[in-house]
Amino acid sequence: MKRFYAFVKKEFLHIFRDRRTLVILFGIPIVQLLLFGYALSSEVRDVKVAVADFSKDELSRKITNQIAASPWFQLVTVTDNPAQYEELLRSGQAKEIIVFEPKFAQKLTHQGKVSVQLIADASEPNTAQLVVNYTTAIINSNMQATAAKLSIKPDIDIKTRMLYNENMKDAFNFIPGLMAMILMLISAMMTAITIAREKEMGTMEILLASPLKPIQIILGKVTPYMILSILNAIVIVGLGTFLFGLPIRGELMLLMFEVLLYIFLALSLGIMISTIAANQMVAMAISGFVLMLPSILLSGFIFPIKNMPLPLQVVAQAMPPRWFVETVRMVMLKGADLTLVWKHTLIMIGFSVLFIVISMKKFKVRL
Amino acid sequence: MKILFYILQKEFTQIFRNKSMLPIIFAMPMVQMLILVFAATFEIKQLDISVVDNDHSPASRQLIHQVMGNKLFHVDYFPTSAKEAELLIQATKTDLALVIPKDFDKKLTLHEGADVQILVDAINGNAAQLGSAYLSNIITDFAHQIRVKEAVVSQMQPTTINVTPSFWYNAELNYKFYMAPGILVILITIVGMLLGSMNLVREKELGTIEQINVTPIKKWQFIAGKLLPFLVIGLFDLAFGLTLAKLVFSIPIRGSLPLLFFLASIYLVLVLSAGLFISTISETQQQATFSVYFFMMVFLLMSGLFTPVESMPLWAQRLDYINPLYYFVKIMRGVILKGAGLADVFREFAALVVYASIMFSLAIMRYRKTS
Repeated sequence: MKRFYAFVKKEFLHIFRDRRTLVILFGIPIVQLLLFGYALSSEVRDVKVAVADFSKDELSRKITNQIAASPWFQLVTVTDNPAQYEELLRSGQAKEIIVFEPKFAQKLTHQGKVSVQLIADASEPNTAQLVVNYTTAIINSNMQATAAKLSIKPDIDIKTRMLYNENMKDAFNFIPGLMAMILMLISAMMTAITIAREKEMGTMEILLASPLKPIQIILGKVTPYMILSILNAIVIVGLGTFLFGLPIRGELMLLMFEVLLYIFLALSLGIMISTIAANQMVAMAISGFVLMLPSILLSGFIFPIKNMPLPLQVVAQAMPPRWFVETVRMVMLKGADLTLVWKHTLIMIGFSVLFIVISMKKFKVRL
Repeated sequence: MKILFYILQKEFTQIFRNKSMLPIIFAMPMVQMLILVFAATFEIKQLDISVVDNDHSPASRQLIHQVMGNKLFHVDYFPTSAKEAELLIQATKTDLALVIPKDFDKKLTLHEGADVQILVDAINGNAAQLGSAYLSNIITDFAHQIRVKEAVVSQMQPTTINVTPSFWYNAELNYKFYMAPGILVILITIVGMLLGSMNLVREKELGTIEQINVTPIKKWQFIAGKLLPFLVIGLFDLAFGLTLAKLVFSIPIRGSLPLLFFLASIYLVLVLSAGLFISTISETQQQATFSVYFFMMVFLLMSGLFTPVESMPLWAQRLDYINPLYYFVKIMRGVILKGAGLADVFREFAALVVYASIMFSLAIMRYRKTS
């Protein structure tokens, strides 16, 4: 035990001596939280639009002004040259062009019907769709002033309740995912790389020849990263709560338990990778491609799993972060208890056991 | 020149000898591309919903029937109370719930304004908004149909403005067209950064750099020798990825390919120089790895790949001026999807050239032959 303690101390010294890595380890969660919280938003705001006005009458000007004044749009130019459309869109100067036909107001009063053409840059389909919807809404709301005189009370009154996130803050959605990603980064990637490093430098043989048991070596390597991960988890949850008002609706103990379980899972995954990878570069590449991208994109963190094609949905089930993200969302935000997340918990335990068994098998062979 | 050639030969031999790296350099990005392009979609394809029918009337049944008839909605549960429906949402078994009150049919026929309730799991705010909007549309349509049936629609035709949208460059709003160029950017960035940053520091860690330091190889020759092989690999990955995108996703390539590869080379010089620069200021591969991941994550998230740049606050948009990915994402999408020429992306091109020269010089300057 004393030997083990000394070994852990040595590992800690290694980490603390490398100031830069330490700063980055704690910098990553903080910077990402701030970015997601304050900078990134999937909403559409200040989209650049151009107006092609062939009418230049009162009504077309009124609509143009309304569009320019709305928070969704930013009016870049008014043109009456159709040859310019292509250039505006292709160079990205505008994302949408609103075309008013000649004699716009006149047609509306005489024929009761007039059309507006919207040309959207659909190379960004999501934005294009939203932009068209917003523009249509602005144009239609203009007509509602006249329609209101005729309108009758709606037959069905729809009351919508937004559960668990009344103000629809983005932070509620991304913080669990961010936690999954960062803990994976620290626990799995760091562990994989440090053990691979000992192998690459040849110092692993010295360790193996020491009186320390292999299991003690692995545990000793892993302990500092476990502590760092726990600290990081606390930082993320703390910042989420104080900065973004994230509630903890479920049992705090249960949340802590699930976080610990996930850290354990990530560590065993890291150990497994290190037993496969011969050197640091391979360990990093595997971590990068196998861990990072899937844990961002296949975990349901940014893109809901349900929207993916079926084979990918199946693949996503085999991604440990997918289960963790859902567990945190349920426990933290929905106040779920163990009766609702027992399946998730069992699956995460299963993954950990699997990774440990594989690592043990691989490790024995090398001895 | 001869010396540079020898260094290149050495680097290539080293790359192709490392059997475990080869599949990572060539196969992994392709597999990732196939998986990720399919995964990265905001399009809503399925919404699980539970319906609470407190009325059990012809009207309520008809409404439920209409919801079930919509292929977006999967009606999986019929709880007996709103409380139960909420529990289903809590257990993440459903995304929404529709609660029809007791006097629904009666109020509807008497035109007293029946009310229904929609419960939505709003943790993902965007999806929640879309989901409840779709459901509201179905309900409004239903109400409208009833009105038409009863022929109480007024004879007065209100004046209407007809809005006709046309979607250029991607008429079917295919999300894959949008994501494929973006994922390609991620992949060549990762390959470039990874190879660039790990390579030099590895020689440092293993001590082999000392051997090179005592040779008459010049600093720029050494850096260029490290850079060129990876540049070739990066371009090869890009070509391979583009072929895949064309074959699998039938993505249209509207711009000129030589232009695309020319711009990609500049971008790769920039990324590789940045990687090598990080390599020269790092002592261990672990340190290099983390520095790279830190910058890459921030740059990636802010590049406009997943979320639009315009919706970021002004300070964040300004910050993007130093984000190489921001420029390259614009270039890739512009050239591939919109057929942009050099004139259309000149600003981005100029920024990349300036940036690449700065990074390359920095990498050479920071590399010291003496320790």
